Amino acid sequence: MEPFKKIKSIATPLDKVNVDTDQIVPKQFLKLIQRTGFGQYLFYDWRYEKGGLPRKDFVLNDPAYGHSRILLARDNFGCGSSREHAVWALDDYGFKVIISTSFADIFYNNCFKNGILPIRVSDEILEKLFSTKSEIEVDLETQSIKADNVSISFQIEPHWKKILLEGLDDIAMTLLHEEQIASYEKSHKI
Amino acid sequence: MLNITEKILARASGKKEVSPGDVVFVNVDKVMVHDVSGPGVLAVFEKLRKKGMTIDKVWDPERVWVAEDHFVPAADKISAQNIVLLTNFTKQFGIKKHFKYGMGQYGICHTLSHEEAMVLPGEVYVGGDSHTNTTGALGAFAAGLGHTDVAYVLLNGKIWFKVPETLFFKLNGKLPDHVMAKDLILKIIGDIGTDGAAYKTMQFGGTGVSEMSVESRLTLTNMTTEAGAKSGIVEPDQKIREYLAARGITRYDEVHGDADAQYEKVYEYEGSEMEPIVAKPFSPENTVVARDLSSVELDKAYIGSCTGAKLEDLEAAAKILKGRTVKIRTEVLPAAMSIFRKAMDGGLLKIFLDAGVVVGPPTCGACCGAHMGVLAKDEICISTTNRNFPGRMGHIESQTYLASPLVAAASAVTGKITDPRDLK
Repeated sequence: MEPFKKIKSIATPLDKVNVDTDQIVPKQFLKLIQRTGFGQYLFYDWRYEKGGLPRKDFVLNDPAYGHSRILLARDNFGCGSSREHAVWALDDYGFKVIISTSFADIFYNNCFKNGILPIRVSDEILEKLFSTKSEIEVDLETQSIKADNVSISFQIEPHWKKILLEGLDDIAMTLLHEEQIASYEKSHKI
Repeated sequence: MLNITEKILARASGKKEVSPGDVVFVNVDKVMVHDVSGPGVLAVFEKLRKKGMTIDKVWDPERVWVAEDHFVPAADKISAQNIVLLTNFTKQFGIKKHFKYGMGQYGICHTLSHEEAMVLPGEVYVGGDSHTNTTGALGAFAAGLGHTDVAYVLLNGKIWFKVPETLFFKLNGKLPDHVMAKDLILKIIGDIGTDGAAYKTMQFGGTGVSEMSVESRLTLTNMTTEAGAKSGIVEPDQKIREYLAARGITRYDEVHGDADAQYEKVYEYEGSEMEPIVAKPFSPENTVVARDLSSVELDKAYIGSCTGAKLEDLEAAAKILKGRTVKIRTEVLPAAMSIFRKAMDGGLLKIFLDAGVVVGPPTCGACCGAHMGVLAKDEICISTTNRNFPGRMGHIESQTYLASPLVAAASAVTGKITDPRDLK
């Protein structure tokens, strides 16, 4: 994976709670065997009309967010099925950061395995980020989020930070360093 | 002062004790993939191969098992191809426990996990499916993982977990006859919300749970996923021992919590106060008592899935349907062939057919809206399954109400959502 440093981008506001992985990638695309190319199916049923035309009222189709790499989501994002295809689709589409008040557990873990940084923030901060029109800067090294109306630090489990910062493949890394992770985690407990 | 989950994780990681929040590397006892997560894992293997890793064996083929459940009978050409992929995988890696569609016992993975006793008390079990939690009812630590994590376990036999906090749900006294475990778990999810147990274990106990059958307990743990839980668990007891003995298994190493085990929080429910509960669209937390929905007209009743098509679920539905006929399209899909056979031997299939119900083969198909009877736009279904998100069982503008098999069967008879007590 590419090392994760700083991402500065306009953020796409997805104003829905309990977005489950079937909304992120509908079941009909789970049959595909390859791991790449899922971006085109991201939020498929919300994004396209029956005939395959983009739905104008869906936020991903708003040209203002065309190059967005940060997704703003709401409570319990990624609940439901454990399909990792959901994260593959977000990644393939171009999202590298997802900010929400809470994430479903398996989804949260799957993000790190694929170079996406999920960040949990308070309701109050999320509201501010939803209302900003400026770009949002996320710096993993300093664990900070900055926008015109927000400047905060966020928490992240130490081993996940290390994996993303160094662009380590989780599997390869855990193979080599599992004991180090345990002791690192112990000494950096949050 | 450790609870059962902490003790299992401590033992599996070679530690004397662990506490919530600790990160532990555990040895995994069993791992499962199915026809969606299997190809997903193989895609991860491909990625690793491209990076130069050699992948020609799994850590222990005896501890890996495979189910074909989501897209069987093959829904189309691609799903047929996925089954071929899965078959080649198990052949190549020497995995013998592959439950194949059309070759004797097969069914939904979470149902096979207990029907075939693939997982035993005290074990650490992971699977490439979010409802892997189900099997915790046997007294194991059971959790779902993403494809990358499953790939890692297949190669190394280990995985790390952060030891979860445990919420303890205590049921005092038996549930009334018209109330099932499904009603209790819906009630709990309605109370704590769909992220009420996020990254926590939900443990069930109390006299009401001790009196519950193993299958009822499995309904409880199955839907812990819908509260965001990492795992669900029940302490093993004589009922579990008998259940496993009936499957020829008597040797395993049970784990029990200490008498002074600690829980983050204890919730108490009085069995006698419980009522039939239904979760309205579009969330399992959207619960009300069934009687409040008696004006909701339905298009379909679905009795299927790992949640609601075990033998006792079918028996409950048959109790209602005996001598009656259905007013709406109704499907019963036993969750495994072993259950299908028991339903046949016990005369349940005749009751279903006499009532006008279609009986189909085990599959996840319609539960996840993939195939085998999906919903049309605006159609409304009452279902014994576990999720009712938008589009879960078909069209994005269809609706699913989650209910017990008793409520689903009573509703099939009247065509409206019906509390079984109100059936004439």
